[in-house]
Amino acid sequence: MTSIHQPQKMKLDAKIPAGPLEEKWSNYRSKGKLVSPANKRRLDVIVVGSGLAGAAAAATLGELGYNVKCFCFQDSPRRAHSIAAQGGINAAKNYQNDGDSIYRLFYDTIKGGDYRSREANVYRLAEASVQIIDQCVAQGVPFAREYGGLLANRSFGGVQVSRTFYARGQTGQQLLLGAYSALSRQIAAGSVKMYNRHEMLDVVVIDSKARGIIARNLVTGELERHGAHAVLLCTGGYGNVFFLSTNAMGSNVTAAWKAHRKGALFANPCFTQIHPTCIPVTSGYQSKLTLMSESLRNDGRVWVPKKKEDRLKPPHLIPEEDRDYYLERMYPAFGNLVPRDIASRAAKVVCDEGRGVVKSGYAVYLDFSDAIKRLGKATIAARYGNLFEMYQRITDDNPYETPMKIFPAVHYTMGGLWVDYDLMTNIPGLYALGEANFSDHGANRLGASALMQGLADGYFVIPVTIAQYLADEIRTPRIDTNHPAFKQAEDQVKGDLNKLLSIKGNKSVDDYHMALGKIMWDKCGMARNAQGLKQARKEIQALRKEFWENVYVPGTANEFNPELEKAGRLADYFELGELMVIDALTREESCGGHFREEYTEDGEAKRDDANFLFVSAWEFTGTGNDPVLHKEELVYENVKPSTRSYK
Amino acid sequence: MKFTLKVWRQNNAQDAGRFETYSLSDVENDMSFLEMMDVLNQQLIKEKKDPVAFDHDCREGICGMCSMVINGHPHGHVKATTTCQLHMRSFKDGDTIVIEPWRAKAFPVIKDLAVDRSAFDNIIQAGGYVSVNTGSAPDANAVPVPQDLAEKAMDAAECIGCGACVAACKNSSAMLFLSAKVSHLALLPQGKPEHKKRVISMVKAHDEAGFGSCTNTGACEAYCPKGISITNIARLNREYLTAALASEEAV
Amino acid sequence: MSNPIAANPYSLKWLGHFFGSSVGRKLIMSLTGLFLCLFLLVHMSGNLQLLKGDGGRAFNEYAYFMTHFAPIKIVSYVTYFLILLHAIDGIALALKNRQARPSKYAVNPTGATWASRNMTILGIVILLFLVVHLKNFWFAYKFGTMPMVTYDGKEYKDLYSIVKEAFSQWWYVAFYLISLVALCFHLLHGFQSAFRTLGLEHKKYTPIISIIGWVFSIGVILGFALQPVAMFLGL
Repeated sequence: MTSIHQPQKMKLDAKIPAGPLEEKWSNYRSKGKLVSPANKRRLDVIVVGSGLAGAAAAATLGELGYNVKCFCFQDSPRRAHSIAAQGGINAAKNYQNDGDSIYRLFYDTIKGGDYRSREANVYRLAEASVQIIDQCVAQGVPFAREYGGLLANRSFGGVQVSRTFYARGQTGQQLLLGAYSALSRQIAAGSVKMYNRHEMLDVVVIDSKARGIIARNLVTGELERHGAHAVLLCTGGYGNVFFLSTNAMGSNVTAAWKAHRKGALFANPCFTQIHPTCIPVTSGYQSKLTLMSESLRNDGRVWVPKKKEDRLKPPHLIPEEDRDYYLERMYPAFGNLVPRDIASRAAKVVCDEGRGVVKSGYAVYLDFSDAIKRLGKATIAARYGNLFEMYQRITDDNPYETPMKIFPAVHYTMGGLWVDYDLMTNIPGLYALGEANFSDHGANRLGASALMQGLADGYFVIPVTIAQYLADEIRTPRIDTNHPAFKQAEDQVKGDLNKLLSIKGNKSVDDYHMALGKIMWDKCGMARNAQGLKQARKEIQALRKEFWENVYVPGTANEFNPELEKAGRLADYFELGELMVIDALTREESCGGHFREEYTEDGEAKRDDANFLFVSAWEFTGTGNDPVLHKEELVYENVKPSTRSYK
Repeated sequence: MKFTLKVWRQNNAQDAGRFETYSLSDVENDMSFLEMMDVLNQQLIKEKKDPVAFDHDCREGICGMCSMVINGHPHGHVKATTTCQLHMRSFKDGDTIVIEPWRAKAFPVIKDLAVDRSAFDNIIQAGGYVSVNTGSAPDANAVPVPQDLAEKAMDAAECIGCGACVAACKNSSAMLFLSAKVSHLALLPQGKPEHKKRVISMVKAHDEAGFGSCTNTGACEAYCPKGISITNIARLNREYLTAALASEEAV
Repeated sequence: MSNPIAANPYSLKWLGHFFGSSVGRKLIMSLTGLFLCLFLLVHMSGNLQLLKGDGGRAFNEYAYFMTHFAPIKIVSYVTYFLILLHAIDGIALALKNRQARPSKYAVNPTGATWASRNMTILGIVILLFLVVHLKNFWFAYKFGTMPMVTYDGKEYKDLYSIVKEAFSQWWYVAFYLISLVALCFHLLHGFQSAFRTLGLEHKKYTPIISIIGWVFSIGVILGFALQPVAMFLGL
């Protein structure tokens, strides 16, 4: 594999502009560098990924006049997994006159992130949220509207204002199609060249700057060299390290991980969000978990039987007094509406006690019978009809008659490549946007905020911040892809692919992915402890070794070969999985999506601001070696960290 | 459950292709159709044979990537469902299932069941957008949009671009796909300024891609996993005829 | 794109582009189809003269009128032309549409009415019928030797007797009826389809068009079927 890095002596500088919080971004925009139109034409930018962040960035940079190349592994940029987001997108428009403001959205996001995100980034995000809605409406995104023709809002994710804009249950789809249409316009205009069915397999660094990528044409298998003055990774999250997640099958960490191997720091990898209301695993062959909107908890009551022996009894035969409505019992103030991480952990606790309501033991009931009695079936159907239908389609159970069965599932990863205020990684010219970076959601993301961040980064942040770097690159000619660094990177990629194909072992890629997923879920999932994490690291290392000796990848590298794609992604997940475990072990506190069983108070997560008010940014030092931790201290100048309580 | 699968195998666009028959046991009721295909592929890999290539991604019915004609039904026989959301419980134990790719000149086969749908991207690139640069938008509430129009636009915008309409149409016409985008944008005030140019240019891209013409059979609507209505095609025709005949827009 | 330097802005090129487009081609099918529906109505009401029980006088006089009144003659030539246009464009479109799917399904998707999927076959049956029909009646009337009949001292070609003879043969009646069934299915889809092609679809009016379509398709066919059956049975 690659040469072992010498740990870098670096002081992480987030390059946060000086001045009051409210003025940082506007000052930055007013005083920052610009690139003249004539020079933009001479500058090449590569955008990897075509989701909300990638499509928005590629389209906007194309509009500005840069030469953009955009890559996606799907058959069309319109299919990126942003499309699956259901609920909505937050924006501090205050159209409802309910006291919302940019500051309040900023505050909610910081608090929701359990005080592990950067104030300046989050404030900028809240500022951009306003423009996002304007932009999307102008593109023709059909947001829900009131009879008067103005935009409708709903409240989402337990906040006290209605600031969520939505398009039925398909907000992510409509926003992505808006970004895709803007991207398509630039493709037609010739300012963006689109590479569908291409996967980035390495980033090329020349003289310590990112200068291009190696991409594999997934149809022909051909390796291609693409040079550019800057490379943007907009490649989403890494939830699929758990094998089962709500992510798309193809969602992967490869681009980010290759960058990490080339020296980019990976921040807070252990911060993963587990969504409490997903459809439970039903079969050993299950490939994917499906999310049910968390709005269901507004009217559904969560319970399991009090007695273990009742767990597989038909629910209607279990009398009221034998049911444990555990969220209402444990958190009387918030009841069934506690935040995602708390609801998820509570489900795990009751299932670990042996009271889970399916054969595998991992499911709880979400019961609408009281709500139907109180409000009538018609009201419930009006509120959740399409969700009930979707549930019935998948499970064949009718939620009007029998309680839904739900269980938490991996949904989103807050961690990602470390970036500064400019969204640039520590490799100059290499940027990370959207879920691929770590910066805005801290240890836990609020509902309806992922779409906001992807679009803010792509439409409004990167077009400004990238100029700061590119303004100094105007004298750099087009990147020569015959440079030895390109050859070296290509040879490395070729070698890795050939190695995977040459093992010709006895187990499939999926066999190993499932095994890795199980280790991650059991030991680095909803609850973690030092012993389990240490054990997990050993198990991952052993499994990785076995993988490289015994995996069977059919076919060749010179053809359409989905198994080879999966194998390459899994190889990176093995390394990422180990890093996640190390990060989780190092972070000796419980915060947000990271729950350490040793660090609790009355059974609740106990955050340790005295010792862990920092971002863990990890440096790669070679597969299996201990990575080096760099800390970015988090400074809270405007918000005072406080403890979340929902009792 | 046990099934006999007749699966279309084709190495690449040049290969003639053929059916191969596989038998599969241990299929569970609750599996999705694609999970059943996963099981088949695991079996093939264990036998050191070439697994069946098929497109899929989100597996929750929204990305539009999955694409199989199952016993003559694009996305299978269950109404308003994508292949990934089709479950094996809707088949009978012991069934023989014939699985084919989308077949259309404009969708050449890449391998087995995976086809190239770039023609759809080309249609959108021809005008399926509102020409508005980032940052230039007025306040989102500056232009009220009647709720019924917004809802109709949303009905059309729900299209996931899977291509089932083309697969189902006896003419391999992409009119439902095309009309959904034209309708979505023509219904909204934001799409109005360029709606004439848009429809003419998108129809041209549609024809150049090698799709057939619409004969209003309604098969597209019947198989559309998102229930996009053929009414959109009428609207497209109206838009096109008025743009081409009653305006000075170049045809 | 309009380029001020290039060519004459008043060029007629757009016509070629328009009628070459898939929507333009369908417009031809739609408009010719709807015109032919009108023709069917007129033809059918003419045929009803056969049932008057006056020994064919009304019918023969009607036939004379239709072939000797100048404006009607012009309309009839327009009709011939539109029939040909409808048929040729239809067949050409069908051939082009076939090319859009070079590799055929083992199991064909359905999901649509039988009629809508088989418009070309139905159309070809109708075209074959027209050839036979025109040869027997129209060609014979115009260019063949016809028996003559005199009403009020004026000579008329006795088309009635030719028709009567034709419809005394069971196989001819059967051929006629089968063709009418094909026409009926062709209309059931074609009538409504024509309106959709014109972009005329409306929540309130489309159901009305749909009812008119059904009534028209079945009514016209019953009207046409009435006289061969009645004549065959000697009613």
